[in-house]
Amino acid sequence: MAALVEGAAKSAHVERKNQKKPVKRYWEKTEELKNSDQPTSDRSISTENTADRCTSTENTADGSTSTENTGSVKRRKGGQIPSGKKDPFPGEAPIPQEQLQKYQRGSKNNVPKGAQRRLKEAIAWSETVSELAQKQAARYDLLLPEDAGFLEGDEDEDTCRISQEDIADAVDITSGSKYFNLHLSQFGPYRLDYSRTGRHLLLSGKRGHVACIEWQSKNLTCEMNVMETVNDIKWLHTEAMFAVAQKKWLYIYDSEGIELHCVKKFNDVLKMQFLPYHFLLATASATGFLQYLDVSVGKEIAAICTKSGRLDVMSQNPYNAVIHLGHSNGTVSLWSPNQKEPLVKMLCHRGAIRSLTVDKTGTYMVTSGLDRKLKVYDVRAFKPLHSYFLPAGASCLSLSQKGLLSAATGDIVQVYQNVWGGSPVSKPYMAHRVRGQVWGLAYCPFEDVLGVGHGEGFTSMIVPGAGEPNFDALDTNPYRSAKQRQEWEVKALLEKVQPELIGLDPGQLGKVDQASFEQRHKERVDILGYDPLAKEKFKPKAKKKGRSSAGAIEKRKRKVAYEDQRDVIRQNVEEQMKRQKEKSSESQQLGKKSTLDRFRKQDK
Amino acid sequence: MAVSAEKEFAMDNDVISASEDEEGSDDERKHNKLLQAISSLGGKRRKNQTERSEASLQVSEFFVSAEGAGDKVGLSDLLGTVEKTTGATKTKKQLRNLQNRNETLELPLNKEQTEKIQRSVAYEKSTKEVTNWQSVVIQNQKAEQLVFPLNQEPSGPKRVEQVVAGWKAETPLEQEIFRLLHMNKQPLHDPVLTPVEEASLMAMSLEEATIRRAELQKARALQSYYEAKAKREKKIKSKKYHRIQKKAKRKEFVKQFEERMKTDPTGALEELKKMEMSRMEERMSLKHQNSGKWAKSKAIMAKYDDSARKAMQEQLQINKDLTQKIATLSDDEHETPEESEMVPDFVNDVEPITDPVNPWMRSRIPQEEPEISCVTPDKPQTSEEEEERNEEEELLADFQRRRTLRRTEDDDLIPTAAEEQIVNTCEVSREEVVGDGTVEISDSEEEEEEDVSQFNTLFKLMSSEKTHEGPAPTQDQQEDEEQLDEGQLRVRSMEDLEVLEEVSDPRPGTPAAPSMPQPTASDPLAKRSKREIDLSEVLTKEAKTIKVALTPTVVEDEEREEQISIIKEAFAGDDVISDFLIDKRKQEEAGRPKVVDLTLPGWGEWGGVGVKPSQHKRKRFRKKMAPPPSRQDQKLPDVIISEKRNSSIATHQVSHLPFPFQNATQFESCIRTPVGQTWNTQTAVKKMTMPKVVTTAGAIIEPLVKEDYIKDKSTKPMGKGPAILLNDKRGAKDGKPSDKHKGRDSHKRRRNKP
Repeated sequence: MAALVEGAAKSAHVERKNQKKPVKRYWEKTEELKNSDQPTSDRSISTENTADRCTSTENTADGSTSTENTGSVKRRKGGQIPSGKKDPFPGEAPIPQEQLQKYQRGSKNNVPKGAQRRLKEAIAWSETVSELAQKQAARYDLLLPEDAGFLEGDEDEDTCRISQEDIADAVDITSGSKYFNLHLSQFGPYRLDYSRTGRHLLLSGKRGHVACIEWQSKNLTCEMNVMETVNDIKWLHTEAMFAVAQKKWLYIYDSEGIELHCVKKFNDVLKMQFLPYHFLLATASATGFLQYLDVSVGKEIAAICTKSGRLDVMSQNPYNAVIHLGHSNGTVSLWSPNQKEPLVKMLCHRGAIRSLTVDKTGTYMVTSGLDRKLKVYDVRAFKPLHSYFLPAGASCLSLSQKGLLSAATGDIVQVYQNVWGGSPVSKPYMAHRVRGQVWGLAYCPFEDVLGVGHGEGFTSMIVPGAGEPNFDALDTNPYRSAKQRQEWEVKALLEKVQPELIGLDPGQLGKVDQASFEQRHKERVDILGYDPLAKEKFKPKAKKKGRSSAGAIEKRKRKVAYEDQRDVIRQNVEEQMKRQKEKSSESQQLGKKSTLDRFRKQDK
Repeated sequence: MAVSAEKEFAMDNDVISASEDEEGSDDERKHNKLLQAISSLGGKRRKNQTERSEASLQVSEFFVSAEGAGDKVGLSDLLGTVEKTTGATKTKKQLRNLQNRNETLELPLNKEQTEKIQRSVAYEKSTKEVTNWQSVVIQNQKAEQLVFPLNQEPSGPKRVEQVVAGWKAETPLEQEIFRLLHMNKQPLHDPVLTPVEEASLMAMSLEEATIRRAELQKARALQSYYEAKAKREKKIKSKKYHRIQKKAKRKEFVKQFEERMKTDPTGALEELKKMEMSRMEERMSLKHQNSGKWAKSKAIMAKYDDSARKAMQEQLQINKDLTQKIATLSDDEHETPEESEMVPDFVNDVEPITDPVNPWMRSRIPQEEPEISCVTPDKPQTSEEEEERNEEEELLADFQRRRTLRRTEDDDLIPTAAEEQIVNTCEVSREEVVGDGTVEISDSEEEEEEDVSQFNTLFKLMSSEKTHEGPAPTQDQQEDEEQLDEGQLRVRSMEDLEVLEEVSDPRPGTPAAPSMPQPTASDPLAKRSKREIDLSEVLTKEAKTIKVALTPTVVEDEEREEQISIIKEAFAGDDVISDFLIDKRKQEEAGRPKVVDLTLPGWGEWGGVGVKPSQHKRKRFRKKMAPPPSRQDQKLPDVIISEKRNSSIATHQVSHLPFPFQNATQFESCIRTPVGQTWNTQTAVKKMTMPKVVTTAGAIIEPLVKEDYIKDKSTKPMGKGPAILLNDKRGAKDGKPSDKHKGRDSHKRRRNKP
């Protein structure tokens, strides 16, 4: 019997130990595997990291279980009872902290002490909901499996020395076919624009050549010569329409090349930008006007005179739909359609600005000027981060979705990696020489392709790691069918953002307007043109028998003059009187008291 | 049995006695009648007819009135005879009491008041009843979602556990089995161990017990030793001993801290936070500031007493140590120009980035701040050691310096080389020296005060010189000079600009000398330039040259044009900057509110052509507006940020704070997460847009049944009971709740019928 008990005790001990041992998670295993794949030099550090992370995730998991309401715990216990088995992975699957961080919106709000019940409930509910949203979004990160490409040279080999031909040979056939040249020497330097899905390409030669190509299949959808100088070309919200800035007016064509509109309000346009979520076509003209055209209703939203001369440098901030203009006095100004003056004006270069571009997240702006410098700015803080000196200066700039910067110096296109990273860049990531002076540069969305428009035509070059590998099919789906495109168009129109919401802070709408009543009233008066709260002026009635003589009218007016002021004064006087009375009565009471009263028993 | 018999007996008795009484009274009456009849038989007397008559003095012809109609009938009148009769003492007493009582009975309340009282009582009662529902109501209000009709059984397949949990031992055989199991305390599921076995397992063996006992003994002994030691040490009065102890402790702590930094950085961080906290407390309190009573007395004594002086010094040292800022590694770039009045070139530089991944995490410690770098928390130990070493040296140096200073004072306060040398030696421990200086001020020796201030100024001068020398011209600049003078750092101050403005022709041709504005300059121009932007701050950035693999070959006509324009632009560069600054100044001016002049000429004094209102009056009627909040671009010299409010978005914004929120931040954070499908996963959207109340179409929503929600105190909570009653020993007894359940069910059924 005793032996049996001992054995049982032993087993119990062993069991307890087993329980204490942390459960081996499946991700731990994978991490280790990964580590084993890594080179040995890194291994020690990375394993430590993983261990730390694992412990931290465990901690968080534990914390979550402890904070969970008792109901779920009960459920778990209940689950254990009948079958006797235990869940090897209790609770919900943990989410790595990095992913959670990625989807965090704002900071957590704590319930203030002594808050009312309703407030507590409201805050608690919003917290749970936002936490859930964050967690779910982080979980769905699993559905973004693609990684960005990269280019790695051999030892002692600069990646910028690798030629496009080599790359095209090395990669698979489909990717290799993305490097091609179009020799179009007749109609002068070319500008280009890719559609938002990255399937369609627009080319416009300075001397009037306009072509619309499905560039991956090399299918020419339309081609024409507008017989006029073409300054710029832009796709509108879909690949069914595009805008062409011609010598005099702005024209809109459909994908067949049929002229849909000639917008004569927009003249001498030099540069265009299309704001996809607002359906706005912003144009900068040689006369110094910045104009906004609402493409969905065909209305001019705003026409702003910038008073800074010819506007031939323009870019948009995709984060907040603010238009950046570069000027000849070295300044960059930021514009919204709601304000007649620039939101921000910053002095960037000593010479004129030649080109500028803003990254996808709206954090960084890259400018190049006639002083041959290339500067990286933090647009949120308006501070310079880096300044580079390019011997020849950069005439065109473009940023890819993954943050690769391409700069054209003469006939050479250079691609830089990590321009706003920790250490300044010393040499380009890639370089490619084209046949003529570069005129237009654009990255193709969701592809590792950079389109270069130059004097002798068009070159499509492969830039590994340029495009965003995971696309949002509900927003921009490169593989959408015609039907899907129609559906998307309707949805996009329904979700169109009003131009009034454009501002430096796109989250402004979620904030409480804390302007004072006076300020708001003033604005209202400005809008209406009169004061709706103003009192009507007293007009004495016309009376007969000489009682409407000028003197009598004046007298009658005098009677009601300053009525409201009088009221105020009357009230004030009354209050004063009351106060005085109170004071006197108090003093009287005090006067009654004798010095010996202090020894009297205080009665309550 | 006995009791019941007795009861019966008593009842019988009662019955008998009652009937007897009745019979008795009947018999008497009959007996009397009989006697009367007999007596009437005997005589001729006729039977007196009893008749009622009322005698009265006033006889009215119209009506019969009683005697003494005006008087009140007293109780005694009615019951006068009672007094005479014997017996019935109790009633007599009561009557007497009644008679003696003089109070009159109160009138009954009128109808309204009684109704009011009734109402209030009813109200109380009903409120009590209603408050029972309070918790239910609040619960329903709080519920994320209410699904009507309530208490619906979830459709669909059930989980196995639920099905099993619903099972009960029903047949007699099952009940018998479970009763047996219960009686023997056998485990029902997970049949591993009986409680007895478990208990035996839990018990310790003898060996274990002895070991444990020994352990406990040892711990107790150690504790007592420790206590004794602590007591002994506490009694020691030597200050020196305590000081040494403290120092040792501090050292130990620092060592631990360092170790911790290596092993567990989060713990170290907490420690650091604690230190920061203590610093904050110290800064808030007046402790160690030498401002207390003790310190003041010591200050008086300090002149004569060396120890007092030392004590005060110590106090100050403690204060300094505690309030020493732990060097934070996040200095804003643009704040530095405010600190030093003369702005060095690197101000607008690209920040050197330590963290390659995140540009926000970068930081730098300014080079010319020896005080911070010397007391960084990274090497507190070294600083401690230094302090130790320096204490004696410092004292020596102090004396020596004083001596020399005295000597120099004799020499008409000319700083000698020796002094400077001492200054140099003291540079390492600058702050301690400065601290000494402050103490010396309290010595109230004027000469020494002077010395200290002189010393301080000297030191400042030296440091400022250093800062001037700091940013040396780099090779980049030389490169720039090669490049058509583009990158030349044109150092120009606001004074120059103003001069330019006065000339009203800001020509680039006027060469501005790269002069440093003197810090001691006292003219108003310099004063103004202090708060204005320095031209040298703008666009002074060293550019990093990039080597390009391929050089551009194409040189077209445009290139030549460009070259010319480049040259032009390069020479116009200064113009660009000054233009920008003028623009900025204009904007600032426009934003500033103007002074409103409300003077009416001719009021209270003579008016007319050429007569100005008096100075006093103008001053009085000038209204100065409150200064606007500082501009966003105040610290950004090369940026103009528009201060205009975007009123177009205001129409879409929330302008009044909605109900439960107390401030805007609460509300803003509550709506920070978007609700739409564009930004959220499907489940999240469903949860966020969940309706508060859900009803099934066509289902009757019954009112809440009281028994379901409000439990009487007598009855047990029903829903909370364990699902499986197998374990329950009271299983057999527990008939009540189930009965109740049945009752409720039947009640429901009844209600559902009509």
